[in-house]
Amino acid sequence: MIKVVIAEDEPSILLSLEFLMKKAGYQVYIARDGAEARDIIDRELPHIVLLDIMIPGMNGYEVCQYIRSSPTLTNTRVVFLSAKNKDSDREYGYQIGADLYIPKPFSTRDLMTKINMLAVSVRQF
Amino acid sequence: MENYVLIGGLFAYLGLLFGIAYFAEKRSQAGHSLVNNPYVYALSLAVYCTAWTYYGSVGNAATQGPAFLTTYLGPLIMMPLWWIILRKMIRISKIQRISSIADFISARYGKSKSLGMLVTGICMLVIVPYISLQLKAISLSFYSISSHQVLVDERTILQDIAFYSTLFLALFTILFGARRIETTERHEGLVMAIALESLVKLVAFVTIGVFVTYGVFNGFGDIFTKAARHPEWQKLLTLDSDSGLNDWFWQLLLAMATILFLPRQFQMAVVENVNENHLRKALWIFPLYLLLINFFVVPIALGGNILFEGQAVNADNYVLAIPLFFNQDLMAMFSFLGGFAAATGMIIVETTALSVMLSNNLLLPLILSHPRWRSSLAEGSVSLVLIIRRVSIAVLLLIAYLYYDRVVAASPLVSIGLVSFVGVAQFAPAMIGGLFWKRGNRTGAILGLVGGILVWMYTLVVPTLVSAGFLPQSILIEGPFQLHWLRPDSLLGLNGLSPIAHALFWSLLVNCGFYIWGALRFSQDSLEHSQAVLFVDVFTYSEKMTGSVSWQGQVLITDIESLLSAFLGKERSFRLMAFLKRRYGLDTRNPFAEPQLVTYAEQVLAGAIGTASARIMVSSVTKEERITVQEVVYMLKESQELIALNRKLDRTSKELKRAGKKLSLANEKLKKVDKYREEFISTVTHEIRTPLTSIRAFSEILYDNPDMGSEEKEQFLGTIIKESERLTRLINQVLDLEKIESGKANLIFEPCHMPDIIREVMDSLSQLAHEKGIKIESKFKSRQSLFRGDRDRMTQVLINLVSNAIKFCEKDKGYISVESWEIGTTIWVSVIDNGPGIEGHFQSRIFEKFYQAQDKRSKKPSGSGLGLAITKKIIELHQGTISVESKPGFGACFLFQIPTQPEHNP
Repeated sequence: MIKVVIAEDEPSILLSLEFLMKKAGYQVYIARDGAEARDIIDRELPHIVLLDIMIPGMNGYEVCQYIRSSPTLTNTRVVFLSAKNKDSDREYGYQIGADLYIPKPFSTRDLMTKINMLAVSVRQF
Repeated sequence: MENYVLIGGLFAYLGLLFGIAYFAEKRSQAGHSLVNNPYVYALSLAVYCTAWTYYGSVGNAATQGPAFLTTYLGPLIMMPLWWIILRKMIRISKIQRISSIADFISARYGKSKSLGMLVTGICMLVIVPYISLQLKAISLSFYSISSHQVLVDERTILQDIAFYSTLFLALFTILFGARRIETTERHEGLVMAIALESLVKLVAFVTIGVFVTYGVFNGFGDIFTKAARHPEWQKLLTLDSDSGLNDWFWQLLLAMATILFLPRQFQMAVVENVNENHLRKALWIFPLYLLLINFFVVPIALGGNILFEGQAVNADNYVLAIPLFFNQDLMAMFSFLGGFAAATGMIIVETTALSVMLSNNLLLPLILSHPRWRSSLAEGSVSLVLIIRRVSIAVLLLIAYLYYDRVVAASPLVSIGLVSFVGVAQFAPAMIGGLFWKRGNRTGAILGLVGGILVWMYTLVVPTLVSAGFLPQSILIEGPFQLHWLRPDSLLGLNGLSPIAHALFWSLLVNCGFYIWGALRFSQDSLEHSQAVLFVDVFTYSEKMTGSVSWQGQVLITDIESLLSAFLGKERSFRLMAFLKRRYGLDTRNPFAEPQLVTYAEQVLAGAIGTASARIMVSSVTKEERITVQEVVYMLKESQELIALNRKLDRTSKELKRAGKKLSLANEKLKKVDKYREEFISTVTHEIRTPLTSIRAFSEILYDNPDMGSEEKEQFLGTIIKESERLTRLINQVLDLEKIESGKANLIFEPCHMPDIIREVMDSLSQLAHEKGIKIESKFKSRQSLFRGDRDRMTQVLINLVSNAIKFCEKDKGYISVESWEIGTTIWVSVIDNGPGIEGHFQSRIFEKFYQAQDKRSKKPSGSGLGLAITKKIIELHQGTISVESKPGFGACFLFQIPTQPEHNP
């Protein structure tokens, strides 16, 4: 089963993402700040991590960098979900190793298509 | 001594002189100057010491005592002043390309033709007899050591050694003193020869001195003891206390003037100077030379007196007679050559200087001022100028010889020398005044010179003429027309001075008087004035201004070119023009010459044909518009205005700079504001996107999942509503803040009652607090608390503060207290809660927009992040202040104060 970690401090967005992931049939883990996300990721070795950038504690970038530097998480896909929508933000996200950078507000169908494709690519390994 | 030995020695010496001069010229052409060193320069200055020094000093000392020393003490006293006066003369002459003292005076006083002629005339009058004197010295010395005595009266010209000497000197001077047309170019061969001559005469004289002192006698003590036995001679060792001191003063003054202004001294010290710095060494070498050459004068004089006591031996001849007396033929020969060197050195340099003056300041101006001659001359006359100069040399020497032959032969050496000196001293006022006094003008100079020279002639020449028999004796004894007070040797009854001192006193008095009177009485024209400034302030202008600002008319470059080639030769002028075009960056398409070029050309020409002549020539091609004084004044005014304009510009640019600084400061501020605004907008959009994301996500979820459970559906719809409200609130607050910040929020000031407002807020929020189980209460320490303010805005402030407190307080444990009190004219309000509190470093920033206290552990507080910013603004609009105090874990206290009566409604 595909494991998905959602790191998001905005409760309503978290709620919607949790609903969407569960409905797509993934195992969902929830973190409300960066440190919590890191702990869960370390424990669960998820396939996909959905990261808000502006979260308390470690921010999304830092969590991403942590994942990319960890040898046990080479198979983890990182998806940024952010209201920060400048080109420079996006470039930086990809630069530090994100697989996807999805700006908020997003289309749920579009989001799910992309996440599902990621999940497929993960399964092949 | 046999004549052929003497003549052989003489010609061997002359050959040496030619050789040295030729060698120096060759080296100079090869670029290895022998003359370019201070020792040669200092030695060449010793041309000051003539045959008169060589023979006459001894003669003078033997008969008159120490008075001869004045001639050498004068220059010694003058030495320190050389650095001031001579250096200035050198600098000026180099810049203005001045070729002689006549040229110098002419240039200083507006390139005056007449002054140049006058000075040249005076020089001729004064110097030619002086040259004759040297010829006489040559002749006398020759015959005094020759074994074939010929009486002067029986001698024909062809038998006279002076005649042959004259011929040779003419040849030498023509060859080495008039080589090139440009007189300002140095005559290196000539200078080298003169330096050699100075060395020869010094060594010769010192040799005789040593011979007399230590060979003939037994040292200085011996000579002086022997001389002291003779009462006549004892007197020679002391100063005559009566008139002596007075005479000494005037003779010192005389020597001081002549060391600077004798044409030959000017030639050597100024014109032939290679490097101004050579003067530094010359300042001590030249005095040393004078000291050495005078050291043995008294011993030789006294020794001669002792040796030839009672014999008819001319004291002037002691330096020759003493070695002959002891049969030291070789030494006598050497001594004779020393005297010959002294005489020829003087003749050569003096003749060179005079010939330049004669051609450049007398003959050329005369020729050139005649239009027809001028045009024919301008057609190519390099050789003509040189011919004039060479002929001048020959003619001058011929005149000198004739004068010697007819007049001088009979008078003693010293007297003619001193008479010449007084004549030369007449240049002092015009020269010194010209160097240091800008007002000194042409009229004054002419008047002074004419007056001075007339007095000189009357007091010194007339008596000579009388003694020669040309005038009756009565003039000297009874005065002309029996007027006693007009006697030449005691004008206005001035007695007690020697004739020289007497003449010097009167001539200089008249000269200075006229000079100063003329300067004060008459005015200068513009050229004169600009030349005066260039001379007096030469060290200020020297580098920048090479000429006076005086050429206004349009001049064709080709005219200038042909003028230069006429006088300097084609090749030289071609090179010069090429140089000028480079130097002034001339536009070859422009047919007219720049004023600087004309000035420069004039100066080059001045170096060749003299200042005044050059001016005549250049003005003939410029069709010069002579600048009037008014024009000069106008030009000055113009430049003054330019300066003022400049100053104004300077000021303006300074102001501009200041304004620029202000602008960049404002720009900086604007940039800051801009950045701030950008950040604000980016934050606002971020804050808007967050609820929007939820609203969109849930709407799509609900749309895509029509069959979800009603409970879930309700929860999602509730979230959409909540987030929509949040979005609305956010937008409203942003707009509200914008309204307040831009000053568009019109607050309505009216009398308000703070307790009423607080009570109202408590009522409206009690429901919310109650739901969270939070206890809220209010306390009013003073009942009145009336103030002028905007009721709605103040209500907004309190709602913000209290609802914030409710939001942060823990459920069921919260306690909130709102208090208000009044101190004087200030109302204080505090809102205290027992929530989590605010950490110290957030407290100062909590009122900033979107600066929500971020707790790392707990979740982000809900809210726009604009509430406290708006609150602060409203308080400020009420002219109040707000602050927060908090201890994390123990709650927070917001405290604000507003005046009851704001000073004026904003």
